[in-house]
Amino acid sequence: MSKIVETDIIIIGAGPVALFAVFEAGLLKMRCHLIDSLPQPGGQLTEIYPKKPIYDIPGYPSVLAGDLVQNLLKQIEPFQPGFTLGERAEVLEKQDDGRYSVVTDHGTVHLAPVVFVAGGLGSFEPRKPPIENIGNFEYRGVDYFVRNPEDYRNKKVVIAGGGDSALDWTIFLADVASELTLIHRRTEFRGALDSVEKVMDLAERGKIKLITNAQVTGLFGTEEHLKGLNIAHDTAGEFNCDTDFFIPLFGLTPKLGPIGEWGLEIDKGAVVVNTEDYRTNLPGIFAVGDINTYPGKLKLILCGFHEATLACQSAFKFVSPGKKLSFKYTTVTGIEGLPQPETA
Amino acid sequence: MIHITLIDRENQEHILEAPTDMGLNLMELCKAYELPVKGTCGGMALCASCHMYVLSDHALPEQSDDEMAMLDSAFFVEPNSRLGCQIKLNNDHLDGLKVQLAPESE
Repeated sequence: MSKIVETDIIIIGAGPVALFAVFEAGLLKMRCHLIDSLPQPGGQLTEIYPKKPIYDIPGYPSVLAGDLVQNLLKQIEPFQPGFTLGERAEVLEKQDDGRYSVVTDHGTVHLAPVVFVAGGLGSFEPRKPPIENIGNFEYRGVDYFVRNPEDYRNKKVVIAGGGDSALDWTIFLADVASELTLIHRRTEFRGALDSVEKVMDLAERGKIKLITNAQVTGLFGTEEHLKGLNIAHDTAGEFNCDTDFFIPLFGLTPKLGPIGEWGLEIDKGAVVVNTEDYRTNLPGIFAVGDINTYPGKLKLILCGFHEATLACQSAFKFVSPGKKLSFKYTTVTGIEGLPQPETA
Repeated sequence: MIHITLIDRENQEHILEAPTDMGLNLMELCKAYELPVKGTCGGMALCASCHMYVLSDHALPEQSDDEMAMLDSAFFVEPNSRLGCQIKLNNDHLDGLKVQLAPESE
């Protein structure tokens, strides 16, 4: 039986706006649980630009993206949010009792009367090389992540890419695979210098095969499994290479993904909201941050903070129907945390 | 005001008028014209959705490390590949620039 998480607000996404929503919800005594496909909170800020300074957060002349996330996590600590990380919110459905269920690709079930869609640019997914039949071999020899290095023990493996993850896995799998080939489109590698040197050394010692100025252009095999690939070299022309596995490592790219299939009104890849409280066309579902759109929308973290704040006020009506909400300043009431959530 | 010729993915040619005093970049200009350029990352050279080929021989700003790194993991990259978001339209010398949108990749 899969795990079931019950909470007041399910937040899809764990970027800065999602994190701040936990704070505003907490002030109203609402408990939150965040779901994110990335393995750590912070969204793009942590995944893509942790070392970039942000200059338009009120009160901070400059703050590094990674530091902003750390500060937000500290700020919401008293409200003890739950996290389902490394799982993608896949299915959203209305339950008979009026609550929504959100189920992840790992089968974790979340139940709550309110859902905040704070998915930013969407979920981060591996960038897939434009090889026509690559879909036929996914999980049958084509892997976009290395999940378990032992899967490649004594197998022939081809890695493609020129960044850190391609280099790191080449170094790691050199001793695991029976034959390892690294294919890169250019001569230069953009990864850490130390890793580049290690890979060059492995190639010189014949531990790996390094093919530069080349790209994988086709895949072949049986219905069950990949058998090999076609390689186009800039000068040497085309040739084939037998392999058991192909691991293309070209980084991550954000995709709207399943959010687009939940019956929410979508305009140009963003969720349409009413600016009164950032509600969507589905009652009890709100969309905040980069994922929403409305006349005058600006994709700014600070705007997302405002959106989340207003959305929480309306969310209260779904979480505690019939109860009255009185607005209070934190300077007057301070922060009263929430107790540890009960575990199901 | 300068003029830029853009060829879209259906091989349609568009003439874009661009002010040079607004700090616009080529990705933003395409979006303003509602051309099919997503600009997902907002111009940080982090997504390659504004990948285009430069067809004219205009002198363009040099590629930053960020742009080179991004193009390194993009697809359909050619020697004349650039990210539109890294080409600032701040110079009258860019008048007559001709670019073509690269194919979209997943």
